[in-house]
Amino acid sequence: MDDLNQNPKLGSADRPNSYIGRSVPRERAKKLLEGKGKYVDDILLPRMVHLSYVRSPLAHAKIKSINIENAKKIPGVLNIFTINDIEKVCSPWQGVLGHLGEMRSPTQYPLAKDVVRWQGEPVVVVVANKRAVAEDASELVEIDYEDLDAQLDMETAMDKSTKVIHDDLGNNLFWTRTVNQGDVSEAFKKSHIVEEVTLNFARHTGVTLETRAIVADWDSSEERMTIYHNGQAPHMMQSIIAKHLNISEGLVRIISCDVGGSFGIKVHVYPDEMVAVAVSKLLKRPVKFVADRLESYSTDIHSRCHKISGKIGVDDKGKILAIEIDDLSGIGPFSVYPRTSAIETNQVLNLSAASYVVPNYKAKGTVVFQNKTPMCQYRAVGHPIAVAITEALVDKAANLLGIDRYEFRKRNLIPDNSYPTKTPSGVPLEDLSHQACIEKLKDMMNIPELEKYKKESLAIGKYKGFSIINMVEVTNPSPAFYGVGGAPISSQDGASIRLEGSGAVHISTSITEQGQGTEAVMQQIAADQLGVKVDTVRVTHGDTDATPYGGGTWASRGVGIGGEAVLKASRKLKENILNIAAVIMQSEENNLDVQNDQVIRKDGGEGISLKDLAQIVYYRGHELPPGTNAELIATASFSIEGVPFVFTNSAMGCLVDVDVDTGLTKIEKFWAVEDCGTQINPKLVEEQIRGGVVQGIGGALYEECIYDEMGNLTNGNMADYLVPMAYEMPDIIVDHVTTNSGRSILGAKGAGEAGTGGAPGAIMNAINDALIPLNTEVTSQPITPEKILKALGKI
Amino acid sequence: MSYSNKVIISMVINNENYDDLTVETRQHLGDFLRDLGFKGTHLGCEQGACGACNVLVDGESVRSCLMLAVQANGKNITTVEGLETSEMEIVKDCFVKNNAMQCGFCSSGMLMTTYEIIKSKRKYSREEIREMISGNYCRCTGYQAIVDAVEDSLNKINVGM
Repeated sequence: MDDLNQNPKLGSADRPNSYIGRSVPRERAKKLLEGKGKYVDDILLPRMVHLSYVRSPLAHAKIKSINIENAKKIPGVLNIFTINDIEKVCSPWQGVLGHLGEMRSPTQYPLAKDVVRWQGEPVVVVVANKRAVAEDASELVEIDYEDLDAQLDMETAMDKSTKVIHDDLGNNLFWTRTVNQGDVSEAFKKSHIVEEVTLNFARHTGVTLETRAIVADWDSSEERMTIYHNGQAPHMMQSIIAKHLNISEGLVRIISCDVGGSFGIKVHVYPDEMVAVAVSKLLKRPVKFVADRLESYSTDIHSRCHKISGKIGVDDKGKILAIEIDDLSGIGPFSVYPRTSAIETNQVLNLSAASYVVPNYKAKGTVVFQNKTPMCQYRAVGHPIAVAITEALVDKAANLLGIDRYEFRKRNLIPDNSYPTKTPSGVPLEDLSHQACIEKLKDMMNIPELEKYKKESLAIGKYKGFSIINMVEVTNPSPAFYGVGGAPISSQDGASIRLEGSGAVHISTSITEQGQGTEAVMQQIAADQLGVKVDTVRVTHGDTDATPYGGGTWASRGVGIGGEAVLKASRKLKENILNIAAVIMQSEENNLDVQNDQVIRKDGGEGISLKDLAQIVYYRGHELPPGTNAELIATASFSIEGVPFVFTNSAMGCLVDVDVDTGLTKIEKFWAVEDCGTQINPKLVEEQIRGGVVQGIGGALYEECIYDEMGNLTNGNMADYLVPMAYEMPDIIVDHVTTNSGRSILGAKGAGEAGTGGAPGAIMNAINDALIPLNTEVTSQPITPEKILKALGKI
Repeated sequence: MSYSNKVIISMVINNENYDDLTVETRQHLGDFLRDLGFKGTHLGCEQGACGACNVLVDGESVRSCLMLAVQANGKNITTVEGLETSEMEIVKDCFVKNNAMQCGFCSSGMLMTTYEIIKSKRKYSREEIREMISGNYCRCTGYQAIVDAVEDSLNKINVGM
């Protein structure tokens, strides 16, 4: 069949059932709104028991003895397990991959064995008929510890006098990487100006409003493990649980119901979740574990925790000659399984300077162990650090040269007509639009007005600053991300689509939903490509028994990879439908099309509904000529080939007011122009950007996991750990440039990371712009009032 | 040691009488309602910070994690499952139209707060709306869509006033 004739052009809004590019409301939205969502904690199973963990109160200590006798006496307590029991059914793991050079991380057990290495590490699990009873008993478990020195500060991790966390590794180094393109030393010598800055980024975490949760249900009759899990990658979990619980992979079923936010937090393997599965296998009954908020803060992966130094050299015409960065990151005591804790630093090295033409680039990343909560990939992995250091250097250079910051960027951004090209670190780039985005952003922001506003405000003692930043965003990863290193993480996603006897269309997709609107987007793509109404399409996802194999939803891959699979499957199904219709209608396929759930004749005349067609096929097959290929189901899969990731790009800006008396920053306006290629549902894209920006603002201004000198997490609750609230947040103005990805028919890239990746740099640069008249700057995130007042010398 | 002092309580939940229910004195109202099957009440922090568990107690929004079930004895409780007035139907439509929820975990609490906002029968600026929903965490939307939805709701409901 001729593709051009039969397949609808994407985004042609005037034809029937044109849903690509339309902000169709999400079908599931009302159910979620009305509290009818089904989250893991809503699952009730017969004979289900509940877990509570006794967790380490210390950052680093030897376990001398564990006494569970008093705890066992509490009525309702069924069992109490230590690693001695759990390791009989659950093998340990190691968070290393083979594709990024040597990673050194020791074996991690599902419960602490002999030594505890962060406050919050699970040591003992109590099983009871109710969670409250399990918690009561947990308080009576007596563990005798012998304190060990805690290695907390990443900056002293490699000092000779520092306690080594894993003796057999010899030191606290997990991983290091260097990149060297060109000759930075020579380039700095030739530079007209050289500027330097060092930035700090605190540890923070994702704070999903629904905490991590799992129900594991071992069915002895079938020797099957069914797991309800609020994760992001069901097939990855299936593989890992099968491996470590020694169950045949086909007998592990992962069901992800509605998920109350994920942001990368819920894509990792957590000891307490593995233990829940092990307990179910041991007790042969359903087991529920739902983290409480303190457990969430002390055991959900943390993110960031970087100190990065940067240096930029620029010639007298304002062209960048060289950028050099040196990044240090602390990841807790273990590299997290199975994605490892090297990826954030790897991204910092890949993404720094990535929007600009930088002929000489050198980068070094060092990742060390600490006795703090394990650190791993959270939304916009590495991006905030890379963007903030690059954009801070760019602003400093422009200011020193007296060149307008927009103009300096225009001179140095990779030109839109120069793709394919590479980042200064050597990663392939294609289909980007920095110049078009910054142009659009400049107009949206109305920079002359902002300059005037700044000047007028300064005259009355108000300090306003604004920023413009550029960035690339990693989306749609290929096997180069994890699979190449040996992780059981699929880079491919699949979709199966069928026409049912009722005339309804059903998709099953390996992409999962955590609130982004995956279901809606897949419905739109299928309806658009098939020629049916969007509410004709139903979607199943998040069930390893019911969906094709695939990677799930993370790294902004859902639409670009999973959506392409739906598009390809829809086209195959349409081809089948037209083949069958041509037989029934005694016509040529080329004279037929599908519109509004009907097969129509292009030249007019009577058509046939998809329902009638399906019923002939399913119920009255005898009416078809023998040998008719009457398949009303089609399956397709898709994976990115040829590049490691599909990059998107964005330009962002913000306007802030810095109160020099209180140190408080108010964000007055925030603008974002992003290019995610084809947008399926622009409203959902914009909401990804806005939600992302606000998480980025959280990291920039508020969020920090604060530890004391003993390694105690001091603010593991929602009152003391600050996140953005509605009152402090600005309206965020979003616009788009559209450069389709050439890697797929759909042309869609991802959109989930940009806001979180770009906002911290935008906020920091705007604050520092406001502080220029006061001849000071801030370099440490979160930029709290205290840090601003310190920078001003007021405290 | 006894962890399980129990008392018998009664209350009205979503206009239905629930009489002679045995409850542990230490159980908070949120857990109690969830145990009865009102799963729309979500627990985000259990310390009164996030607002996801808000319910109406005698018409006022209350953190159900900060109130013991025994304190609700004799009270009239509305959970999200019972929030079905014609005005709230308008509010829900506005939330859906504006995509004022992503994962939905905060939504029931956010609707309770919105119920109080529209109950006051007056208009508010966007800044005032932002302040009034500042007791409810949302980690997905960045709040703007929720502000839009509340503003839209007020415009629709206040027409003709």
